[in-house]
Amino acid sequence: MRPTRCAVIAILVVAMGAGACGKKKPPVARPMPAPPGNTGAATPNSRPPAPPEPVPDTTAIPPEPKISDDPLSMGDLDTINKNSPFQPVFFALDSYEVDGTGQQALNTNAGILKKYPTWVITIEGHCDERGTAEYNLALGEKRALAAKTYLVSLGVPADRVRTVSYGKEFPFDPGHDEGAWSKNRRAHFVVTSK
Amino acid sequence: MKRTVLSLAALAVFASLSLYGPLPSDTLRAAPLPGQGQQQPPAGQPPPQQPTDVKVVINGPPGSPPKLGIAGFIPLSQDAETIAAAQTIGDVLFDDIAYEREYYMIGKDTIRSIPKPTSLNDVPLDRWKEVLADGVIVGTVQKTSTGIVVQFKLIQVASGQQAFGKEYSGSIANPRQYAHTISDELHLQQLGLRGVARTKLAFTSDRDRERMHGTALNRDTKEIYFVDYDGANPRRVTNTTTINVAPAWSPDAQSIAYTSWRSSGAGGFGSYQDIIISNIYKGSRETPANGNPEKQNYLPAWSPDGTKVAFTLSQGGNQEIYVMNRDGSGLRRLTTNPDIDTSPTWSPNGSQIAWVSGRTGNPNIYIMNADGTGQQKLTNENWADRPTWSRGQFNEIAYAARTGAGFDIKIYSFLTGQTTKITDGIGSNESPAFSPNGRHLAFMSTRNGKGQIFTIARDGTDLRQITREGNNGYPNWSQ
Repeated sequence: MRPTRCAVIAILVVAMGAGACGKKKPPVARPMPAPPGNTGAATPNSRPPAPPEPVPDTTAIPPEPKISDDPLSMGDLDTINKNSPFQPVFFALDSYEVDGTGQQALNTNAGILKKYPTWVITIEGHCDERGTAEYNLALGEKRALAAKTYLVSLGVPADRVRTVSYGKEFPFDPGHDEGAWSKNRRAHFVVTSK
Repeated sequence: MKRTVLSLAALAVFASLSLYGPLPSDTLRAAPLPGQGQQQPPAGQPPPQQPTDVKVVINGPPGSPPKLGIAGFIPLSQDAETIAAAQTIGDVLFDDIAYEREYYMIGKDTIRSIPKPTSLNDVPLDRWKEVLADGVIVGTVQKTSTGIVVQFKLIQVASGQQAFGKEYSGSIANPRQYAHTISDELHLQQLGLRGVARTKLAFTSDRDRERMHGTALNRDTKEIYFVDYDGANPRRVTNTTTINVAPAWSPDAQSIAYTSWRSSGAGGFGSYQDIIISNIYKGSRETPANGNPEKQNYLPAWSPDGTKVAFTLSQGGNQEIYVMNRDGSGLRRLTTNPDIDTSPTWSPNGSQIAWVSGRTGNPNIYIMNADGTGQQKLTNENWADRPTWSRGQFNEIAYAARTGAGFDIKIYSFLTGQTTKITDGIGSNESPAFSPNGRHLAFMSTRNGKGQIFTIARDGTDLRQITREGNNGYPNWSQ
């Protein structure tokens, strides 16, 4: 029983992972989880194509699911973080309020954390260069904390989410215009253990 | 000739450090010279003076600074090392004295035709009178089996009397330190002024462009460095493959407290900010605030007596100002506001603390008593950060204020209640730090592109670029 259930989850995870890699829309959280007691045969994805020449006297056996197909669960932390499934949360100038767009990103991220219940993440708070270095250490921390607070409100256990500020030490875009600054005011998600 | 003999034990230590690079733990093995005192006197405290030393003071004409010339430092042997050391001492001494602007330094072109002395006793004073010199400095450099002996005299040109003179001995590895010592002692003896020639500037830099350890993202490390006040003699303090910012010199200049991103998990992931005190000449480290991902500590500021550290402690993401003893005991919370409180600095006598709070919107400077009582707002800026309270004779606080796209350094005077902008709006100018005598500031500026450390006089003149490599920030001036 147990291996089968694992297989189902893994297959779902593949589907979610593929969704997360897609464009802007966050469909990741949408697919319904398989109801308890469900079997692999019930999931359309796992139904094997009908064999062209069925051999009599044998029953159809589902193929072994390829567990290793999920790059997120298989990769090491480096790989996961380089192709991060998490969406960053962006902030307005001098602000650490999570806006509607940010909440959508966090809904997505909460979904990922529910799918990978062993993952522990650190939210890095970053600032653009238009604040001073010292105060930005605190502002970045407030941004990371604001993202964490929202995640916790969605049911993510607080002990799975750590926060740290990098102030303006690591801009994502080294440019000196609003295009760069708007990218640099962000909460960035890093998986720290799995 | 009456001379005081001073040993530069510290000089030997500095010299040995520069040989070994990143301050290894065994640096204190460098021994003081035989038969000499053990230690440099504490900062701010002059070595014992011979009462007979203070007799002649070099004055200028009424209303003008005295004019000083350097007749030269004479190498007493003709080997290249001694010649180079003598040249360096003369050149650096010229710059050191010029930096404090108490004397008008007579330029080299003006004195080119004046014959060079061959000893301390044959300076052609009549020729120095012709260029209106009030005082002239002459020195010698002699190589010995263990290093060099440097002698110098400051002569009052009108009378021919010696106003000041000393002999120093030590290593030849860093001749600049002799010039710095002469400059500081000359200012102290002649004017009662504490010069900055032997002080250091600590700062953060990514100049070595090493990669951070264990992170998924391609990031440079940032390490702590320090240089002499004039930018010479760079030394690296940390070697951590993480980032380290906001160095703060202990008042005795033996330790640097700074903010480091420490790793809480395997592989370098999950870092948190914590305060580290590096005892730079011992190579030992302390983590008195004992941080963790839930209790992060940053931006340390030493009390003037060096016994306490004020800092930002963030528990659950709420930053407050705390004070602890140097060893981490006696932790005391000073602020209780849910908004940001950070970036503390002590008043000169340690009775008050200025800091930055976002409690009324954008950050501004506030002051309070050192026990947390009497909190009041000091500035009304769009954004004000990094207060630094002058420990010199001027009772003022410098800070960075948003003045447009970037920031400028401003100084608030408690004496007049006035605020003066001392930088010119070119680039962004941040993180001011006063020199110990309050006459100069170091700050970070992007005026030439990357972030570099500059110094400037407190009246906004005499801008000098100190660093040129990599991105640099968070300067702090040793006491």
